[in-house]
Amino acid sequence: MKPPPESVIDVQGVTKRFGDRTVVNRIDLRVLRGEIFGFLGPNGSGTSTFLRILCGLLTPDEGSGRCLGHDIRSDRAAIKREVGYMTQRFSFYEDLTIQENLDFIARIYAVANRAAAVRQSLQTLGLTERGHQLAGQLSGGWKQRLALAACLIHQPQLLLLDEPTAGVDPKARRDFWEQIHRLAAQGLTVLITTHYMDEAERCHRLAYLAYGNLLTHGTVAEVVQGANLTTYEISGPLLHRLADQLRGQPGVEQVVAFGNTLHVSGRNALQLHQSLAPARSDPYHCRAITSGLEDVFISLMDTARDNFR
Amino acid sequence: MKHHQFNFQRFWAIVAKEFIQMRRDRLTFGMMIGIPMMQLILFGFAINSDPKHLPTAVLSADHSVFARSFVSALKNSAYFDVRHELHSEAELDRVLDHGEVQFAIQIPADFSRRLLRGERPALLLAADATDPAASGGAIAALHLLVDSALNHDLKGPLQKLRASPGPIELIIHRRYNPEIITQYNIVPGLMGVVLTMTMVIITALAITRERERGTMENLLSTPARPGEVMIGKIVPYIMVGYLQAILVLLAARYLFQVPVIGSVTLLMIVILLFIAANLAVGITFSTLARNQLQAMQMSFFFFLPSILLSGFMFPFRGMPVWAQYLGEILPLTHFLRIVRGILLKGNDLSDIAPGLWPIALFLVAMLALGIHRYRQTLD
Repeated sequence: MKPPPESVIDVQGVTKRFGDRTVVNRIDLRVLRGEIFGFLGPNGSGTSTFLRILCGLLTPDEGSGRCLGHDIRSDRAAIKREVGYMTQRFSFYEDLTIQENLDFIARIYAVANRAAAVRQSLQTLGLTERGHQLAGQLSGGWKQRLALAACLIHQPQLLLLDEPTAGVDPKARRDFWEQIHRLAAQGLTVLITTHYMDEAERCHRLAYLAYGNLLTHGTVAEVVQGANLTTYEISGPLLHRLADQLRGQPGVEQVVAFGNTLHVSGRNALQLHQSLAPARSDPYHCRAITSGLEDVFISLMDTARDNFR
Repeated sequence: MKHHQFNFQRFWAIVAKEFIQMRRDRLTFGMMIGIPMMQLILFGFAINSDPKHLPTAVLSADHSVFARSFVSALKNSAYFDVRHELHSEAELDRVLDHGEVQFAIQIPADFSRRLLRGERPALLLAADATDPAASGGAIAALHLLVDSALNHDLKGPLQKLRASPGPIELIIHRRYNPEIITQYNIVPGLMGVVLTMTMVIITALAITRERERGTMENLLSTPARPGEVMIGKIVPYIMVGYLQAILVLLAARYLFQVPVIGSVTLLMIVILLFIAANLAVGITFSTLARNQLQAMQMSFFFFLPSILLSGFMFPFRGMPVWAQYLGEILPLTHFLRIVRGILLKGNDLSDIAPGLWPIALFLVAMLALGIHRYRQTLD
């Protein structure tokens, strides 16, 4: 029998201000055990701040809730013990060796049988032979692997990853995501921020944040459906001229070049259809397609800019 | 709550990490040992000045017109500033030991009688020569002063007494440093200078570095409490401070043959207070600085007045009054007096107490500011 889904994160109305700037604005969120939850949003949208609140680094100005069953206001120390938090920048010691870094973190978390835990971690990393190399000499991909290994050494219940794959090559990113899915299958809950659409699509559920506001959340399909966006794909010669012609027409909200095609989207399907009349005649070919996540997010971002700025 | 307690294991993890980093950072490590050595060698040369208005005490057992006109001549001179009229030799020893005066002049009971008999009575000048530069000019001036003061009174039939080699015999006791060896003053002082420099700079850098490299955020997201992080980062540097102090002390004793009269144990305890005061400055700077360069600049902002106004470079009493007030705030000023007091004068705890509380006060004030700022940087 499978136990009923248990919420690992359950917060309401979380708000954080820096001075008179509201960075996180009344966010409600529930994340279930074993879920990989993606957080997307433009730079400065408050995703990092929200993650810092969840891991107990910051106290919210308003709002309440629980993270791993601990109160996010009063029980930050307990949260810190059970959460693995990976910062945006590599934040381990470059002048310590790989092994020393792992050993240090294991000591800080009072990991039982420390030497074995460090050895195990090095083995999983595939770094047993390079354990004595300084962390500063590692490449970006390896630094990221080390950081992940260090975050996992105390066997946390919840992993908070702040743009973990920025500047990492595609192969290393794929390995990384495979590991994340493996861990989630074992019951670890993962909250991850990213700017990559392909990564967003690998998450079980998503949320989109802009200027501190939670604009949408749900599965990829739910998010796309909820956006109520109509998209057409147009092919033909000299598309950039057509693009200039279409921009600013009623109903046309986005005109984006995708390789040899043009994606044109809008929320008002009727207006969009009328404005696309020139694209339906020769030499162009026009067909309706399902909106992609990226189309949805760019649309959300534009709307958010109008509403919240 | 149990998880709010100080956890020794986490604290020790940070201490161990700090030592590994210290070992890897050859340049900083070199600086910690190199600076004391360099300064020891460079400051072997003296820095001189000619201070005036030096506090003076007079113990006069003679109340004749000669004694009185001599004392008023002292008072009128630019060098001597008569602050105390003493009544016993014990009192004289006390004011010198405590550093309340630079000079104590003793006029014997039979001064005028012997003067009139032409027996060249003795006038005893006891000088605190721990800082030879501070008393040199004044001692030279005293010879002239004695002659002119008495010549004024030795008129008519007494004029014959003015003949050379002078009517009186001026006896000078240069206490604590009879041979006026400048190193006696400079070398113990170096201990304070070296500690001020390295303790402030290195703690400011060590903490700012964690913030600049983003590792502080990581550290604070772990169960390590801010107090454990701070103390864990500080303790290794206290040890470094002691290493430096011992280095200077050994050099003082065996390289420069500076006498070590007082209790080394007492000195070691005072050093802890002094190191703590400087570390507090370093922590406060680290909470203000946004990067390591700023931390460095702030450290120099503190270091320069310390070295210039503390009495290390220039005799304290030679400075203008406003500068002396500024100097009194700095821990180094008091530490210099204490180190010289213990090493050269054999001061005990009660002798150095007047210098301890200003350092303690400074420490408390700086720590309050530093912790206040540190809390703000967390959220």
